[in-house]
Amino acid sequence: MAEIQSPLPGVFYRRPSPDKDPFVQDGDRVEAGQVIGLIEVMKQFSEVQTESAGTLEGFRIDDGDMVHPGDVIAVVAES
Amino acid sequence: MAISTLLVANRGEIAVRILRSARSAGLRTVLAVSEADQDSMAAGLADAVAVVGPAPAQKSYLNAEALVDAAREHGCDAVHPGYGFLSENAAFARRVQEAGLTWVGPSPEVIDLMGHKTRALEAAIAAGVPVLAGSNGPLEGDDDAVLALAREVGYPLVIKASAGGGGRGIRLVRAEEDLLRTVDTARSEAGASFGDTTVYLERFVERARHVEVQVLGDGETFLHLGDRDCSLQRRSQKIVEEAPAPDLPDAVRERMRDSAVDLARLCRYTGVGTVEYLYDPVRHEAAFIEMNTRLQVEHPVTEFVTGVDLVAEQLRIASTGRTQLRQEDITFTGHSVECRINAEDPERNFLPSPGTISRLDWPEGEHYRVDSGVRAGDTVAPYYDSLLAKLIVHAEDRGTAVQRMGAALAATHIEGVRTTVPLLQRLVLDPVFAAVEHHTTWIETELLGGPPSGGSTP
Repeated sequence: MAEIQSPLPGVFYRRPSPDKDPFVQDGDRVEAGQVIGLIEVMKQFSEVQTESAGTLEGFRIDDGDMVHPGDVIAVVAES
Repeated sequence: MAISTLLVANRGEIAVRILRSARSAGLRTVLAVSEADQDSMAAGLADAVAVVGPAPAQKSYLNAEALVDAAREHGCDAVHPGYGFLSENAAFARRVQEAGLTWVGPSPEVIDLMGHKTRALEAAIAAGVPVLAGSNGPLEGDDDAVLALAREVGYPLVIKASAGGGGRGIRLVRAEEDLLRTVDTARSEAGASFGDTTVYLERFVERARHVEVQVLGDGETFLHLGDRDCSLQRRSQKIVEEAPAPDLPDAVRERMRDSAVDLARLCRYTGVGTVEYLYDPVRHEAAFIEMNTRLQVEHPVTEFVTGVDLVAEQLRIASTGRTQLRQEDITFTGHSVECRINAEDPERNFLPSPGTISRLDWPEGEHYRVDSGVRAGDTVAPYYDSLLAKLIVHAEDRGTAVQRMGAALAATHIEGVRTTVPLLQRLVLDPVFAAVEHHTTWIETELLGGPPSGGSTP
């Protein structure tokens, strides 16, 4: 298992914009470097990427919720 | 309609600024706050606080219904929107008026007109405001017509979204073979971003300066309060502003000022507004960019050189329908410079830096003004923009003002969050700034090096 941690404080979003589909769904295959979400801090958006390849087991933060540095955003089952 | 209780629908330094002038004018004040701002510096200054929603701006400062409800519940009779958020939202202005409240700003019709760039451009042309060669309105016609117009205007040129603004929705075209494709892309992007596919075409000015004229009107009397230069920008966001705009030929300055007043008169402007121009230092020509129908972040430099309290004037015009100012009463003294202090780390590509301010020391003295939204011990939330405060200085001439700003920045100590103070020190001490050889993309392309961000955005 690999945890994807938030590098920043801010608001976490699973979608590139409110009217778009989420970047990834639970159970999807992800590759290293793939974007799984965005963090908005002071009107700037930073991409959240997974460092591990595998299956996205699940998100630990809901869309639109606040995150702090080091918070676990999602967990990847490495393969 | 006479105002007795004002709802301030904003936060941070501008809320503090408005609350202070409103109090001086004898008004009772109510501040709309999000749950995150209940203990803010601004909240402490208001007579009452109305919590309008949770921290994210979409649910609080951008929630028009909650703001109008708060105004009614707290017995307000007027709403001041500040800048940003809903300040240039005509639907909100209309909603405020329909609720029987006074809107501190121009009419919703004028906000609409100026928010629509091609209509604003047409109004500017009708008022005699100089504009850049281009489509002078929506870009229409078949491919051959577009190619012919572009050839007449000359390259490089820009395609701009009519509904864009603040540097968004602009694409640069350097060669004819890229033109038609870029127009298509710009239309698609404008549709997706702004819900309006209208675009227009203009000549592109390399190394342009951003100059603007502060205007004021009450529907009958219209006047200007001089000009400002806001050319030190990063990603189209202003960082340092000054008044008056330095090194403008007298004829250019006069034409800018006079035509800005003519545009205010044409649209029967009420309140304060700003007509923005792009100045081409090679051709010595200024041309219309857009009009901002609100108080601006950089208004204090105008206040320092004119002695006019712009917020007090906004409140007087909204309350009485009249200004007592006349053009002949407006005099200009000395030079003023403003630096915006943002909670961003210039060492880490301007990464926002929320956190708790552990130390906050400002310079003191009669030539300094600090418009701040924070105190030592305050937590800077990650939800809103990163502007913490503005440092403004005044002196008898530009050289002394710039020197004084350098000293003011050196006396400013902020700890606990990273700020742009070190970058500001570098900017105001740079010989390029001293010589007025800077331009709107100078920070990105020359000072910090590297290509301008975004690739296609000038």
